[in-house]
Amino acid sequence: METVTITMKNPPALYLEADNICPDKFAGKTALQIADLHVFEGNTTSTIGKYFDVSGNAGASAADTKIVVKGDVKKVKYIGMKMSAGEIGVEGSTDLYAGAWMTGGKLTVKGNVEAFAATGMKGGELVIEGNAGNYLGAAYRGDWRGMSGGKILVKGNAGSDVGMYMLGGEITINGNVDVHVMTHAEGGKVIIKGNAKSKLGGQLVDGTIIVYGTIDVMMPGYKPIGTVELEVDGAKSKFAHFIGDTGERKKKRKGQIVYGNLYKKV
Amino acid sequence: MTKTMTDVVCPFCGTLCDDLEVVVSDDGKQLKEVYNACVIGTEKFLHSQTKDRITRPRLKQPDGSWKEVSYDEAVEYTAQMLANAKKPLMYGWSSTNCEAQSVGHEIAEMAGACVDNTAAVCHGPTVIALQDIGLPSCTLGEIKNRADRILFWGCNPAHAHPRHMSRYSIYPRGFFTGKGQKSRKMIVVDPRVTDTAKLADVHLQVEQGRDYELLNAFRVALNNEWLPDVVAGIPAAKIREAADLCKNGRFGIIFFGMGVTQTLSKNHNIDEAIALTKHLNEFTKFSIMPMRGHYNVTGSGEVLGWQFGFPYSVDLTRGFARYNPGDTSSIDLLARGEVDAMFTIASDPGAHFPISCVKHIAKIPSVCIDPHQTPTSGVSKLHVPVAFVGVEVGGNAYRMDNVPIDMRKVVDPPAGMLTDEEFLTKVRDRLKQLKGKA
Ligand code: SF4
Repeated sequence: METVTITMKNPPALYLEADNICPDKFAGKTALQIADLHVFEGNTTSTIGKYFDVSGNAGASAADTKIVVKGDVKKVKYIGMKMSAGEIGVEGSTDLYAGAWMTGGKLTVKGNVEAFAATGMKGGELVIEGNAGNYLGAAYRGDWRGMSGGKILVKGNAGSDVGMYMLGGEITINGNVDVHVMTHAEGGKVIIKGNAKSKLGGQLVDGTIIVYGTIDVMMPGYKPIGTVELEVDGAKSKFAHFIGDTGERKKKRKGQIVYGNLYKKV
Repeated sequence: MTKTMTDVVCPFCGTLCDDLEVVVSDDGKQLKEVYNACVIGTEKFLHSQTKDRITRPRLKQPDGSWKEVSYDEAVEYTAQMLANAKKPLMYGWSSTNCEAQSVGHEIAEMAGACVDNTAAVCHGPTVIALQDIGLPSCTLGEIKNRADRILFWGCNPAHAHPRHMSRYSIYPRGFFTGKGQKSRKMIVVDPRVTDTAKLADVHLQVEQGRDYELLNAFRVALNNEWLPDVVAGIPAAKIREAADLCKNGRFGIIFFGMGVTQTLSKNHNIDEAIALTKHLNEFTKFSIMPMRGHYNVTGSGEVLGWQFGFPYSVDLTRGFARYNPGDTSSIDLLARGEVDAMFTIASDPGAHFPISCVKHIAKIPSVCIDPHQTPTSGVSKLHVPVAFVGVEVGGNAYRMDNVPIDMRKVVDPPAGMLTDEEFLTKVRDRLKQLKGKA
C-alpha cells in the first residue's frame, strides 16, 4: 500500500469542499497530479496544492492507497466522500460529510467530526475517536435511504438524529447520544454504551436499538414485553425489552407483524 | 375629498386578508383610513405614512454615522459586494412580492450565492418534513365550508393571525358549517393557556418539548395499542378521548405554528403530525396546514421551488442548486463564519437570529433593503429604503394555503423612491456588466 500525506499549509478563509480527498480520486496519480485536483472555496475553484503540501504517490488502485491528512482540517468538508476502498487517516478533527456515501475501505478520524458523517453509507468502516455531530449515518435531506451497510464506531459522544432512515449496518457509540435515534429506520442496529435522552426509535418500522445507560423519556409507542439476555461484543447482560413503534405503519414478514426492538440494560 | 378603495390585500401576515377598505386622498398620495383589517394590519398601512420615514439610501461611515447616497451609488455598492464575495448570503424575501424575488434569484445565480428565506427561523422544519413524507393539505376556503374539527397545535392565531379564526377557521358559517362556531370542535395543544386556548373545547396542556411524544401517542391510540398512563404530562384517557373526537369528525384540520416547528424535535414534530393526519384519513377526512407568518414567505418558497427546485436554504455557489439545512441554512452559514457578504431584503435577521450570527453580519460587507429602520439596517453597512410592497406597489403574494393573490397599490411612494423590484433590476444589470455577461 502506498501512502500519500497531505498537510494543511494555507487554511481557507471560508470552508473547503474537498470531495477529491479520497483514495478513489488519488489512485494512479503522482503527488504533483494530486496537488492539481480541484477543491472549492465558496464560488471559487482552486486546487488541493493551493491549500495542502502533498507528498508521496498514490497506489495503482484505491485499495492500494492510504491517505494521511495532517494539520488543521476543521474547515474541510467531504473528506472520504464515496470512498470504495483503501484508507484515510485524519490526524485532527474535520467538518461536515466525512465518509458520506462511502462503500468500502476505512476512514479513521482522530478528533471530532461535524454533522452528516457517513450519510447514506453503504459499506466499509468509519472510526471516530472523538465526538460525532448530528445526523451520523442518516439519509441525505429528502432521501429515505440512510446508512445501509458497514460499521461506525464513535469513541466519544454523538449528536442528534443518529441513524435517521437507517436501513442496515451497525453504529456503536461508546459515549452518550442526543435526541432522536433511528427515526424512520427500517433496519440496522445502534448500540449506545452511554446514556440516551429521548425520542428513541420514533416512527421506526424495523431495526434494533440497544442502550446500556439511561433513557430520559421513552417514546409512548414502545411497549414493554419483559426482559431478555443478550450477547453484545462477546459479553452477556440482561435487558428490558420493548417493541415499537406501535403508532407507525407495520411491515409483515412470513405473515407476522414485524416490530422494532429496543433493549435497555437493567 | 377622499376616495375609498375596496378589496385591498393586507401585506402583513400569511392570512393575506383580501377584503380591506382603504381611504386615500384624491391625489392618491395620502392614506387616511383602513377598514376591516386587524390592529397589526392597520398599523402596517399607517406606518407608511410616518413623517420621519427614510427615503434615500444611507451608507455607514467609519465613525458610525450615516451618509445619504443616491440609489445609483447604492446599486454600485451592492453589485460590487456581490461580485467580490466568495460566498455571499442573500436572505429574507418574505415581505416582498414574487416579482422582486424572481429578479433576486437571477442575481443570486450570477453571484454564486446562497439564497434563503425566513423559513430558516420559522417553518423550515415544516419544509423538511413535507419533503420527507408529503403534505395532505387543502385551502382555507375548504376549511371555512367543511371543517368541523379544528386543531391548533403550537400556534396562537388570536394574536399572530388575528383574523384567521373569524375569516376561515372557527366563526364563519360555511356551506356545510352553517352554525359557524357551533358546528366545530376546537382542540388547542399548547403548554401555555393562550388566548386561543381559552376558546377551545379541549385544551391539551402538553409538557414543553414533548409534542413529538404526544403526536406519537395519538397514533398509538388510533391503533388501539398500549399507552403509558401519562404521556407528555397528559393522561392517556384524555389522549384517547381527543383522538376519538378527531376520528368522529367529518373534516378535520391541524394548524400548526412555531410552537412545534422551533421547539425540540423540530422537523420530526411536523413529520409525525403529517403522519397523524395521514393516519386519521383512515377514519375520516383530515388535512394539515402550517400557519405561515410573513405574508409572502409562502411565495418565496414557491418561486425558489420553481426556479431552483428547493424552497429555502439554496446554495448556488457551485453553479447548481444544492439544499441541506444544517449546511446551507442561514443560521449555520453565519454562525460557522461560512459567508463573506450579507444581503438582506424584506426581513429582519438582526432581530431574530442568534447574537453570534448578528455579530458575523456586523463583521462582513452587508446591505439591507427594507422600508423600515430595523436592527438589521442598524448593523448593515448600507441601508436601502424602498417602497412598501402591498401599499405603494402591487405584485403577487401567496397565502399560507398556497393560493396566489394579487396585491394592490393604494398610494404613491414618496417621490423618487424605488421599489424592491426596480432596485434589484438595477443591481442585476450592473452585476451582469461586472461579470462580463452583458
Ligand atoms: S389577519 Fe393578517 S392579513 Fe388579515 S388583516 Fe390581520 S395582519 Fe392583515
